[in-house]
Amino acid sequence: MSTRIEKRFAVLKKEGRAALVTFTMAGDPDYETSLAIAKALPSAGADIIELGMPFTDPMADGPAIQAAGLRALKSGQRMTKTLAMVREFRKTDDETPIVLMGYYNPIYIYGNDRFLSDAKAAGVDGLIIVDLPPEEDEELCLPALKAGLNFIRLATPTTDDKRLPTVLTNTSGFVYYVSITGITGAAAPDTGKVMTAVARIKRHTKLPVAVGFGVKTAEHARAIAEGADGVVVGSALIDTLRQSLDKNGKPGPGAVNAVTKLVSVLAQGVRSARRVAAE
Amino acid sequence: MTVQQPNSFRTGPDERGHFGIYGGRFVAETLMPLILDLEKAYLQAKTDPKFQKEMDGHLATYVGRPSPLYFADRLTQHCGGAKIYFKREELNHTGAHKVNNVLGQIMLALRMGKTRIIAETGAGMHGVATATLCAKFGLPCIVYMGAVDVERQKPNVLRMKILGAEVRPVESGARTLKDAMNEALRDWVTNVSDTFYCIGTVAGPHPYPAMVRDFQSIIGRETREQMQVAEGRLPDSLIACIGGGSNAMGLFHPFLDERAIEIYGVEAAGHGLKSGKHAASIAGGKPGVLHGNRTYLLMDDDGQIEEAHSISAGLDYPGIGPEHAWLKDMGRVKFLSATDDEAVAAFQLCSKLEGIIPALEAAHALARVPEIAARKPKDHLMVVNLSGRGDKDLASVEAFVGSKGR
Ligand SMILES: Cc1ncc(COP(=O)(O)O)c(C=O)c1O
Repeated sequence: MSTRIEKRFAVLKKEGRAALVTFTMAGDPDYETSLAIAKALPSAGADIIELGMPFTDPMADGPAIQAAGLRALKSGQRMTKTLAMVREFRKTDDETPIVLMGYYNPIYIYGNDRFLSDAKAAGVDGLIIVDLPPEEDEELCLPALKAGLNFIRLATPTTDDKRLPTVLTNTSGFVYYVSITGITGAAAPDTGKVMTAVARIKRHTKLPVAVGFGVKTAEHARAIAEGADGVVVGSALIDTLRQSLDKNGKPGPGAVNAVTKLVSVLAQGVRSARRVAAE
Repeated sequence: MTVQQPNSFRTGPDERGHFGIYGGRFVAETLMPLILDLEKAYLQAKTDPKFQKEMDGHLATYVGRPSPLYFADRLTQHCGGAKIYFKREELNHTGAHKVNNVLGQIMLALRMGKTRIIAETGAGMHGVATATLCAKFGLPCIVYMGAVDVERQKPNVLRMKILGAEVRPVESGARTLKDAMNEALRDWVTNVSDTFYCIGTVAGPHPYPAMVRDFQSIIGRETREQMQVAEGRLPDSLIACIGGGSNAMGLFHPFLDERAIEIYGVEAAGHGLKSGKHAASIAGGKPGVLHGNRTYLLMDDDGQIEEAHSISAGLDYPGIGPEHAWLKDMGRVKFLSATDDEAVAAFQLCSKLEGIIPALEAAHALARVPEIAARKPKDHLMVVNLSGRGDKDLASVEAFVGSKGR
């Protein structure tokens, strides 16, 4: 019954290394390019793929991801196309876990039940919905778990020991530790502090803990991979993609390569980490 | 279409912040502990007689409450029906109802030991009220305002700056109120430990819709007493404009359980409901989730939020407070709308007939008054919430009238 996410973390644990989790926006800058990027990510070194579901009002995201969402919407991305993209991806890759990440409204409007069954059928493995805290678990989290999807929750520096159990109760797949109080793409935090926080979360759960927000370089990815089970990189990939676009926001021939090149560098960082004995 | 009506319309929200299916707490985890803290602090303050007494003192000597209930004689004659009263919220310090809520929230912020205040603003009235009370209580104040609104509400931008606030123009999205709120939420996520987010309307995650309503309910409570004094009984109908819905909720809430009283909320119809360029989320939207709550929202069929359009910056928001959404479904409040043209005409009519220049927001409520009043008998008592004064809108109205060649 285990999902691709659970299987992937089990394999990596045996290999003794952390996962590189990449975040890219579905439909950025257009459907074809974002699909080509997604297909190229695993061989470049991504272990888990997070695909953003674009939304007009991403209240926890910084300028890079906001702009990526708007580029995607402008090029005609919609929920149906994001799910189609996952189906396409699955035609050639049945192993790399795919997590859809975004905000609740587009799902709610698509219809929760319809979304869960279509997502499952498309080959989605987990969901991260930024504006659904545990207080709203009945909305989508519990039905998602029932549908066989992982519901991955964010834990943040404001999630103290008292609150952690609430956050972890219905979390599955992995825990996503947001390393800063702030929006995506903001300055990276002090690695020491992150390690302390990861250790704190691990005292409460056996689930893998991935760390994200602010990771940009191979060096930084390596440092985090020494203590965490996964390193999430998003804004850095999106920035790289944006820089490869021409004046009109159209992708040139180098768009996919620009992203995969950075992913391989980050993957080397993650793979060169000397893991502290993970218990 | 009969709905089962509750025994009371005044008991909501439930402990999780729901008004029926509306409301809730749809926020990022980073904010959740803060919102829980805020809820606790608010519940304590609400039942603390000292807090209440201090607030009453400031309301009397600083805000200038009670605001008068004024019989609008010439407008009444003009309409030829109901007796029309104005609740004069435009006479409050800072020129709108917004200050009632801001006073409560800033006092709460101080009580919680917060040292930095952020706010979003559309027309700038909430921003001005927040800047004002931050000056009074010696707190740093940052106001997020859509770049478009910074342009069309210049006098208020200047006022905020003079009051010592920092106005940050927001360049993302449609660059109006919705985007200002996104940016304020992003600031809050980033500065959780010292910052208090002072929301300007009955929207956002629980407990904001209930808390802002409670602070604004002084409008309705005073109206009850004042109408008793003036006419020896309660009014027969109430009408207010709706942006997020705080001036309306403040007037309506104390009357919700007197079911014979007709209650009207007026949304902004911009260029007309059929034009697609409007801000009427009840008339043209459907339930969805944005800015921490479920409510009626303007959006496309993919769940992407659409931009609102109104000549009135204070109504230019694609949502509405969740309690209004519930009252709409329950059939307790009737929602109407007024176009830019109608609001400007009402703005002019009120100025000339009563010597009161209303805010363009309030002019939307005034726009629907003549036709309702005309249908009523002469002893029908109608209260219009005059939520703010129109000084800030003179340039917009002049430009609008000029462009129409009138
Ligand atoms: C005078 C005035 N009335 C009404 C509003 C709309 O807000 P609400 O619907 O919350 O009362 C505003 C908002 O800026 C305002 O300035």
